[in-house]
Amino acid sequence: MSLIQLTATDLLKKLSAGEVTSVEVTQAFLDQIESADKQVGAFLSVTKDSALEQAADVDSRRKAGKPVGLLGGVPVAIKDLLCTKGQVTTCASKMLENFIPPYDATVVRKIREADGVLIGKTNMDEFAMGGSTENSALGKTSNPWNLDCVPGGSSGGAAACVAASMAPLSIGTDTGGSIRQPAGFCGVTGLKPTYGRVSRFGLIAFASSLDQIGPMARTAEDAALLLEAISGHDPMDSTSANVASPQFSQTVGKPLEGLRIGLVKEHFGDGLDSEVEATVREAVKVYQSLGATISDVSLPHNKYAIATYYIIAPSEASSNLARYDGVHYGHRCDEKQMIEQLAAEKKAFEESGDEEGLRNMDTSLVRMYRQSRAEGLGPEVKRRIMLGTYTLSAGYYDAYYLKALKVRRLIRQDYDTAFKEVDLIVGPTTPSTAFKTGAKTDDPLSMYLEDLYTVSANLAGVGGISIPCGFSTTGMPIGLQLQAPPLAEEKLLQASHMFQQATDWHTRRPELS
Amino acid sequence: MSLSREDVEKVSLLSRLKLSEDELVVMTDQMSRIIDYIDLLSEVNTDDVEPMTHAVEQFNVFADDVVHQSLPRDEALANAPKRDDECFHVPAVLGD
Repeated sequence: MSLIQLTATDLLKKLSAGEVTSVEVTQAFLDQIESADKQVGAFLSVTKDSALEQAADVDSRRKAGKPVGLLGGVPVAIKDLLCTKGQVTTCASKMLENFIPPYDATVVRKIREADGVLIGKTNMDEFAMGGSTENSALGKTSNPWNLDCVPGGSSGGAAACVAASMAPLSIGTDTGGSIRQPAGFCGVTGLKPTYGRVSRFGLIAFASSLDQIGPMARTAEDAALLLEAISGHDPMDSTSANVASPQFSQTVGKPLEGLRIGLVKEHFGDGLDSEVEATVREAVKVYQSLGATISDVSLPHNKYAIATYYIIAPSEASSNLARYDGVHYGHRCDEKQMIEQLAAEKKAFEESGDEEGLRNMDTSLVRMYRQSRAEGLGPEVKRRIMLGTYTLSAGYYDAYYLKALKVRRLIRQDYDTAFKEVDLIVGPTTPSTAFKTGAKTDDPLSMYLEDLYTVSANLAGVGGISIPCGFSTTGMPIGLQLQAPPLAEEKLLQASHMFQQATDWHTRRPELS
Repeated sequence: MSLSREDVEKVSLLSRLKLSEDELVVMTDQMSRIIDYIDLLSEVNTDDVEPMTHAVEQFNVFADDVVHQSLPRDEALANAPKRDDECFHVPAVLGD
């Protein structure tokens, strides 16, 4: 078996046994990127030289008998919304096309310290807004299982690079399903940790009360390894949970006894593809055969989750993205042209005697903001800034934003009630398999509805994971979602590992020509 | 149509976005449909429900009051589209 086919855990075994070097491993993945990424388009930038340098450094320490970190020279791809010091971080936006962060995100720093080799930055929906990676302003990513289909999103590049064996480990982020949905679409394992488990410092913010960073990999075992490397309290993020981080890589292999699994009635209703449903029900039988008990639970407010999410997330986004003003960093419009345009508008108002027009004219500073943002941001980002500005504006705040915060509590209470009865909630990750590129781009609302099973976890702050559980007749992967109470990632990983011991869906790889 | 073109134009100013005439038309239609959808929440009874602002409710997280090295000015200015050695530059604000 070639190096790129191995899991991170197996690579680590070979590395520590001295059978291969990190330089060889890194080079193997770089070669795969070279040959496969022309078709897939998972990466926005590949940091070949610094990756090989980092790998050589790990090799020399290992050879000298010095300590080597948990990730021991295994390559890791980073979603391009985590700041990497001295390396371009774009958020797949024209706004940040040339942005070079002066510091590392905490997660990036931890991966460096754990000797993960940073191999490149992956494509995504611009500012993580979207579910197909089609909103990237900087490149197209295809699903490695069918190049005509989307990889999902927003962590589309992060999922596709693992599926196409271009990286064994990758970092994604999840605000409403952005790790789990692409993991499902691309047939990989993707974990959204509990809110606060992983520091958000250096993550370019979309919706701060929902954003969470998590691992994407081939197996639950590998996801456990990467989660262990990146989790933990961080004084730089006041919302990071001040609790001890378990050694996930040590506990992932322990089977759970007497596991109680709940099936959410509301996740098996209208809109669920029948093939996905049948596959998920088969997966549930696997758990039954492993000794789990299955019962029905209800999340009665689930049907309000999308509406709640599409008020809260855009509201937070409208505030977070106010920082892109063309002053401190990011795109700025051509100032000369802008001033000339304003002068022409003024002249037109004067000639037509339009006093109201004159009164309402933008100042040059305001026009600089508006023009820079109009040029630097894409349609979906604009839409969400506009929506959020509307739902937060005077007269609508109570009806929309405050109302959504209240429904958010009801959604959380549903989970608390359900988790009194069961240890894990299991169901489909998405209503259907990966759709064709372009199929939903004209109808934002239909794209939003893809998040039906994933957004609630972000609103409630609980953890969730998607693991491969089968394929459609057209050969597209189907994801199984497991959700657990806050800070119960160990259980999520253990249960996923149990499933992966009993099945081999996670070992399937797409054939790229 | 729950939103008018004028509503959307006003929101675009509040959002500090300059939209073209075509964009305004599309945005009005799309935002209206999304607003109609999120109006679904009005049927939920939320009397006596406390708003939930954060997933993990934490209180009073203080940082220790110690002096740290902050980002050096050169590095803070490094990504600025327009600057001199000390300051960010913006178009004239006064005397317009």
